Amino acid sequence: MRDHLAPVLIVLALLAGVPLVVDSNVVLNFLKVALMLALAGTGWNLLGGYGGQFSFGHAVFFGTGAYAVAVLQVRFGINAWAAFGAGIVLGAVLGLAIGWLTFRAGLRGSYFALVTLAFAEVARIIASVWPLTGAGAGILIPLREGFLTLQFGSRAEGYWFVLALLGIAMLIVRAIEVRRFGAQLVAVRENEDAARALGVDVLRVKLLAIALSGGITASAGAFYAQTFLYLDAGLAYGPWISVEALLTAIVGGIGTVWGPLLGALVLQALSELGKHLGGDAPGLGLVLFGAVLILVVRFAPNGIVGLARSLRPRRLARG
Amino acid sequence: MAELLAEAEGITVRFGGLVAVNDASVPVPEGCIVGLIGPNGAGKTTLFATIAGFQKPNAGSIRFRGADITRLPPHRRAALGIARTFQIVQPFAGLTVRENIAVGAHLRHAGRADALAAAEAVADRVGLAPLLNLPAASLTVAGRKRLELARALATEPQLLLLDEVLAGLNPSEIRDMIPVIRAIRDGGVTVLMIEHVMQAVMALAEEIHVLAGGRIIARGGPEQVARDPAVVEAYLGHGAAARLQGGAHA
Ligand SMILES: Nc1ncnc2c1ncn2[C@@H]1O[C@H](COP(=O)(O)OP(=O)(O)OP(=O)(O)O)[C@@H](O)[C@H]1O
Ligand SMILES: [Mg+2]
Repeated sequence: MRDHLAPVLIVLALLAGVPLVVDSNVVLNFLKVALMLALAGTGWNLLGGYGGQFSFGHAVFFGTGAYAVAVLQVRFGINAWAAFGAGIVLGAVLGLAIGWLTFRAGLRGSYFALVTLAFAEVARIIASVWPLTGAGAGILIPLREGFLTLQFGSRAEGYWFVLALLGIAMLIVRAIEVRRFGAQLVAVRENEDAARALGVDVLRVKLLAIALSGGITASAGAFYAQTFLYLDAGLAYGPWISVEALLTAIVGGIGTVWGPLLGALVLQALSELGKHLGGDAPGLGLVLFGAVLILVVRFAPNGIVGLARSLRPRRLARG
Repeated sequence: MAELLAEAEGITVRFGGLVAVNDASVPVPEGCIVGLIGPNGAGKTTLFATIAGFQKPNAGSIRFRGADITRLPPHRRAALGIARTFQIVQPFAGLTVRENIAVGAHLRHAGRADALAAAEAVADRVGLAPLLNLPAASLTVAGRKRLELARALATEPQLLLLDEVLAGLNPSEIRDMIPVIRAIRDGGVTVLMIEHVMQAVMALAEEIHVLAGGRIIARGGPEQVARDPAVVEAYLGHGAAARLQGGAHA
């Protein structure tokens, strides 16, 4: 009955074992960031990969999660865990609001993409001038290690925390895949009119998808804030995370559970490699990502997952 | 006469200056196959779209089981039991045939396993069973038409709107489809079909409405409509009926 969740659970368990055998901070930090990007990408993938609504502005959710967790703690003295939860809820509510404005107006394709980009940019500008978010100076979460403050001294704990977040997100996506909502979401991606004719409430499906998507990507932002303990508008709402979120999914395999995780590992490895080879040459990372994107779109439109599937010998050529 | 399942009443649809449908009324008795025929551009597809909820009429109303549904969106009408196919087929190209049909089946079956089972049963009825695992994009024209039909059927409709499901099929494929459509009606589904393939409408429909220039110009049984001079003129041009009559006497 729960067969479909098994592969995800097995891989999560294997990943959870990594800190027990690997003692290198470099490796754990690398994985922590990769998992955080995979989490942001999993949110993007639910809306973009399964639902076909391409967002260029998922930074708006990432940043909102990040700022929520920081502002609620620093300005209002709210417990870190509660603030973290609030950040996720806020991301989902913001998703609903953006969905309500865009989907009800019938925005699709590149129009939707551009409007999401605009939302992220507006958020970035507001955060860079608003005193509540620390304006230009940014906001610092005071260092207080401990379980209650959600600041993990040991690298392994932070790693396990983000792995748990990613695990929950992947299980949610996997569960959706095998349910009515998943079938309807994919139908909306493939052909809205046909979906509508078959009784699919297209607006409702899109709203639910963007709410879940916003919540998941907001959790990645909240994790970012709790890990690096410093935010400014460019970090939280900058285009970098909008790009990373969609790239992880596209490189790994759009519209698949595994895509964002695989894509994040590959992209993070590439960007580390780029740093080693090219030093800190500005823009090198983006050039590298651009090249990867072109290669993937040209030669492996279904990403790493698609490549793997096409290499595997066909089982049971039925029909 | 059986009770009316659905009724389009006084429907008018304008596209800018063009009146695509002009005060057209089509009653659909329950349990029948009703044909809607007419020359290209007559407004048949547009009239269909108003019944399925894809096109708002400028005037007139749509009734289903006595209730006014003129303002309901398409997905609500589907839930009530109205399903349509598209003249220009609209497959979910990236999905398999099974997944395509399952989207329709999900309207009445929440569970995945139920919906998939229902999808397979429908595929059997329309002759798509051997193709269930193929991507929809790989189907031939005939296959895609069957898929349109299968998806609509999977929603378990009471009223099925078929928009030229036989167009583009070869004569033997058409012969295969006629019993399929008849079996759907015999299964209790009322059918309203747009069709250019006369031999098929004549064989299937109990009642035919003829639309030309947006207006209903004739209605009745197949024989009666085929003999109607107004219908012959609409298809073949002004004076054609008289010429044909003359030819028959010669
Ligand atoms: N969305 C639209 N905008 C503008 N004009 C339209 C639109 N849809 C249809 N029309 C026009 O309305 C008229 C009726 O079109 P419709 O498609 O309903 O005809 P039809 O009877 O289905 O024809 P066919 O047998 O060729 O399918 C045509 O002149 C068509 O060009
Ligand atoms: Mg038509």
